[in-house]
Amino acid sequence: MVNAKVPEIHISQAQLQPEPRAEDVQRPAEVDLAEASPIRRFLLSRGNSAIADQGFHALMVLCALSIFGIVVLIAYELVMLSQLAWGTFGLDFFYKAFVDTYSNQPLYWDPVNSHFSALPFIYGTLVSSFLALLLAVPLAIGVAVFLTEMCPRVLRAPLAFTTELLAAIPSVIYGLWAVFVLVPLLREHLNPWLIKLLGWTGFFADDNPTGLGFVAAGVILAIMILPIISSLTREVMTAVPHSQREAVLALGATRWEMIRMGVLRNARIGIVGAVILGLGRALGETMAVTMVIGNSPEIHRSLLANGSTMASVIANEYAEATSNLHLSALTELGLALFIVTIIVNAIARLLVWAVTRGAPSATH
Amino acid sequence: MQLNNEHKLQTRIRALTDVAATGLAVLSTVLVVAPLVAIFVYLVYRGASSLNLDFFTQIPKPVGESGGGMANAIVGSGVLLGLASLIGVPLGIGGGIYLAEFGRGTKLANAVRFTADVLNGVPSIVMGMAVLAMVVHPEGHFSAFSGGVALGIMMIPTVCRTSEEMLLMVPNAVREAALALGVPNWRSVLAITVRTASPGIITGCMLAFARVAGETAPLIFTAFGNSNWSTSLNEPIAALPLQIYVYAISPYDDWHRLAWAGALVLIVLIVLAVSLVRYVTSRGVLKGAS
Repeated sequence: MVNAKVPEIHISQAQLQPEPRAEDVQRPAEVDLAEASPIRRFLLSRGNSAIADQGFHALMVLCALSIFGIVVLIAYELVMLSQLAWGTFGLDFFYKAFVDTYSNQPLYWDPVNSHFSALPFIYGTLVSSFLALLLAVPLAIGVAVFLTEMCPRVLRAPLAFTTELLAAIPSVIYGLWAVFVLVPLLREHLNPWLIKLLGWTGFFADDNPTGLGFVAAGVILAIMILPIISSLTREVMTAVPHSQREAVLALGATRWEMIRMGVLRNARIGIVGAVILGLGRALGETMAVTMVIGNSPEIHRSLLANGSTMASVIANEYAEATSNLHLSALTELGLALFIVTIIVNAIARLLVWAVTRGAPSATH
Repeated sequence: MQLNNEHKLQTRIRALTDVAATGLAVLSTVLVVAPLVAIFVYLVYRGASSLNLDFFTQIPKPVGESGGGMANAIVGSGVLLGLASLIGVPLGIGGGIYLAEFGRGTKLANAVRFTADVLNGVPSIVMGMAVLAMVVHPEGHFSAFSGGVALGIMMIPTVCRTSEEMLLMVPNAVREAALALGVPNWRSVLAITVRTASPGIITGCMLAFARVAGETAPLIFTAFGNSNWSTSLNEPIAALPLQIYVYAISPYDDWHRLAWAGALVLIVLIVLAVSLVRYVTSRGVLKGAS
């Protein structure tokens, strides 16, 4: 296909004129149906009219615009509903805690006394998401490398399908599995080991016998964001032209050197995009996290302690929030989550696009 | 001589690094596949032993009585998903048609495509909050309608982007042939292009369908759940994922059993849908397309 000879064509100057664009073409004036030629009559009877065409076009544009509409509507509703909390706490909501006058302990979230601070939830969201990334990123890149560069052809499709299937399992089923299988497993085996080995750091304190907490949330989140990261990493790795691989191999590189220099280095921007996309998913993940994180609005140094994320506190309290301020504070958390995930996703998409744009057609 | 030895050592190290890297990649693949296998095996083991005819025909029994099923939740999920499809599928396909047929290369199309991708990453719980403010608050009560709206909104970006991709696979010659015969553009799009790409578009819709079928978070404060029979759009309605969540965090063994059975039913439905999608797309969406 590439080597086929292209016959030379001589084009006269007149043919080089740009073709008239569709909207510039002069449409024939409306003809009376009776006078029109048989062909034209046939076409007119089949609905060939500018009005129908433009109407259809406008309808499709409206459908496309509905996507903007949704974003604007979500933003509007959340802003309106969070006005009260914004007016009451201002920016303090995101970084200040109340102090209990009796015990001198920080007081973060107390709906009964209308004390609301987002701190423990921001902390919980960040800790659980970064824990998940820490576990998921190396594994996801490993899987992507294996599937694109090493895997025997027979295994590739089933394995790719399996990782995709991981993405299709609903959050609530991950949560169910985590509650009955993962958490007991962590409680009996991993946590005692972590406490014994790393207890001195203070990050793994032996004061939570339930097995729920940040570690459990991080592990289940890692399992959930793995397929997203690995499938996007695979996509950007396949977009790297074969010539890059061949060039490195031709210099006598081993396979791993070829992958490192020829593939990973070329795809690194896209891989960063994939990781950020995984982060976006982890930040907003709700059900599975709610079921295993323990749901207490406090900040502990220990990763084995109970915690709470922005999404999990919304899931737990939104339907039952009675006071307006409570509802408004929760909505403000949701608005913050909305803005953060939009920014994170936009960055990730731009990075992935930068690598994959037009790539498949460039390879041969 | 020494140079040669050094060279040999280096080659050996490089070969070992290669083996180690391969080993790590294989290990990570095993580690990723393991939880999936673990989840499925456990799900089938726990779910199948709890699944019986009652599960599909009975509504939940009060606490303390054994037995009961999730018939109302299955029907409720059907109602919610039907409503969601009514909202999400036409708008999504319309958006996809715009992106692939009218807006190719325009700034508006790029903006729509980008927004759709970003919207896809917005947490479902945020959608639920917006719908609560939009539908539930004015109405004054939780309802099946609001749940359907929340799920429908979530379907739009997925359906839009997959429809676009499928429509782009239709060769231009097909469009040109239709237009050359004097078929009006709107007709050429609907009867020729969309029809040619319809297997792909349908699978895209099923993918979106499978995705929202398991959504729980936005339903907590829209559809709310219901332990009795209800198919009214104006009342709270039960949904399968919601019921699984409520039962999973309850302290009763009998409810745990039902949660596993529900999870098995849900996962079987979703895996069937995803496999079908996989089968159709691997077979080549468009017969004879280059």
